[in-house]
Amino acid sequence: MIKFSDKQLKIPEMSKPVYLATVGMSKFDRAFPETRTEELCIQALTAAADFVNMTPTELKSFIHTAYYGHFADHFGDQLLGEAVIHDRLGLDPLGTIGVKTGGATGGSTMWEAIKAVASGYSDCALALGWERMDEVPTDEGNHLISCAADKDWETPLGHIYTGYYAVMAQRYWQIFGKAEDSFRKTMAEIAVKNRGYARMNPHAHGPMKITVEDVINSPVVAYPLRVLDCCLMSVGSACGIVCDEKTAYEITDKPLRIWIGAGSHTLRVADRRDMKIPLLPNEEPGQYDNLGKRFPGGDRYPGFSSFLAARIAAYYAYNMTGVVDPSEDLDVVELHDAFTISDIQTYEDIGIRPYGDGRDYIESGDAYVINPNTNKPGKLPSNPCGGLIGCMHAVGATGLMQIAEIGYHIWNRWDEIHEPEEKWKAFSREKPIDWTSLQVKGAKRGLAISHAGVGSHVTCTILMDPNHLIKED
Amino acid sequence: MPKTEEEKGFVDIIDGRYKPRGKFHIIEKNQPIFNKDTGKLAGVTNPRDMTYIHSYGGEAPFFEGIGKGKLLATRCDNPKCDSIGSIFEPFRIYCPDCLRKATIVDITEKARNTAKIHSFIITHRSGAFNTLPKPIKFINVEFDEEVVTILMSVLVVGEPEIGKRVVPIFRTKDPTYTIMDLMFVLEGTPESELPEGFTF
Ligand SMILES: [Zn+2]
Repeated sequence: MIKFSDKQLKIPEMSKPVYLATVGMSKFDRAFPETRTEELCIQALTAAADFVNMTPTELKSFIHTAYYGHFADHFGDQLLGEAVIHDRLGLDPLGTIGVKTGGATGGSTMWEAIKAVASGYSDCALALGWERMDEVPTDEGNHLISCAADKDWETPLGHIYTGYYAVMAQRYWQIFGKAEDSFRKTMAEIAVKNRGYARMNPHAHGPMKITVEDVINSPVVAYPLRVLDCCLMSVGSACGIVCDEKTAYEITDKPLRIWIGAGSHTLRVADRRDMKIPLLPNEEPGQYDNLGKRFPGGDRYPGFSSFLAARIAAYYAYNMTGVVDPSEDLDVVELHDAFTISDIQTYEDIGIRPYGDGRDYIESGDAYVINPNTNKPGKLPSNPCGGLIGCMHAVGATGLMQIAEIGYHIWNRWDEIHEPEEKWKAFSREKPIDWTSLQVKGAKRGLAISHAGVGSHVTCTILMDPNHLIKED
Repeated sequence: MPKTEEEKGFVDIIDGRYKPRGKFHIIEKNQPIFNKDTGKLAGVTNPRDMTYIHSYGGEAPFFEGIGKGKLLATRCDNPKCDSIGSIFEPFRIYCPDCLRKATIVDITEKARNTAKIHSFIITHRSGAFNTLPKPIKFINVEFDEEVVTILMSVLVVGEPEIGKRVVPIFRTKDPTYTIMDLMFVLEGTPESELPEGFTF
């Protein structure tokens, strides 16, 4: 049993409010054989300048420090890749640092940037991330990713990260999903939803119009996970610029407030020890006493079926911002749907549904922009960009892309980014004739989860329209 | 093509220092990458063949033990620690709570008598450098309550199922001195079915 001290559970404080002023992203794709990484990063930063009607030179003049997220530098065989990009962006001699937390790299990079602003060190900071996984053959790529597991205890076992990860999916599938066809169908609905949403996103690299049957009949990767249950592996870049209040309003008249909570858990799933479930603000002591009775084998926490890091990140972030019930207090979320099943696990970890009931978020239709059961707006739409399954997973950029997407909804400028014919053309992508706006109407508050591998690092970012805060400063 | 003895790298420790001998890399010429449609140069290949030198440090007894048919773990014996009595497998050199050096304990018998499958996954995929036969049957093994962790390994004989009893097997003939010297089979598997080089 592991325990936490009160000091460790202290609600994080920022000594001044931090604002998200602008965001940008590149095109995402499986490979860019004729494009250097810096070209994609420049695309992202230029998009952020365009978004606030500035030239890149004007926007850069505000930046005081730079935080770069790039996870797998062994793929590109270039150490200090961050310094290369920093130079190519023309940001020398500003202070800069690289951030690496696996799949959570994007969120963690922004976490560093907001702390620089909150502390007063910088009035304006750049968080920019990218990933490049197309420069080795797939089997070597699998080996390189497996090096993010424990190299002595896990990597030699098949050199395949999915193997270390999917054992958690198996456990959730059998215990909480009861290996039911209906649960299998719910998993598939997530893949259908996110790939379908990606069709409306010119940046997205994996759009598909598919059915539940297509997902269930797609090849098995590691049962119960099939090809269409799994996220993409992408190349691309995304960024965000955060500021103190004065600087934010110099860049834009509509900056958003931003907070981030971060958590961690064992790199090896093997090392997970039992503990009591830490409760979120919308949960009651004792509410999980019968969890093992409802789901035999489900009484071990976090066991293999929950992500403690996600729960702790949400615990910090909700308590910082006054979020009590994410379904009531938030309008849109971007979750780390690495796999359909881990998406369901996350609904529970971050309190969208109680432990054991994650599937209901999809089945109720709440997770859709338009609830398929009622044809009315969904209560808390998730991943309208297509998520990792439909849009992209360019590891170091993913968390920043999600933050950007939540921003577009709250700014009410989602259509402006996703609709223009010129952008579809510039990206050599065909805009679907049934293109539909996925702007979440009236969105004022949103959340993005950035998550590493088996849950070693997770960040929970919350964005709010400054006129719709839950808790006064 | 497997390397010949002359093409391999070896390391000894002499007087407290690494002494490499043999070949640690073989240089291979790079190749251009052309776009076949435009005929233009896009990049180059960068061939690389390297051998790393890696220390097991305080975990070395574990990796030596499995090659001898012994499953070693560690236990916190600090009377001032809340985790006293907790056994760690994967082996932890220090207790994660009190950071005092943990005691090495032999859990071979405990594993034989209590190991069962906590979760599993079967995959036909692997990465470069994989030497396991496919499909790979990953299993996570739970022991009795003293062991507070759930070891990851592979099942090499039998079909995995949550809750099934398994027993460890060890590569005692020509050990690799890696985690690949420890695998599991279903309880009741006859010795004759074990992979080449493995014993109970
Ligand atoms: Zn201890």
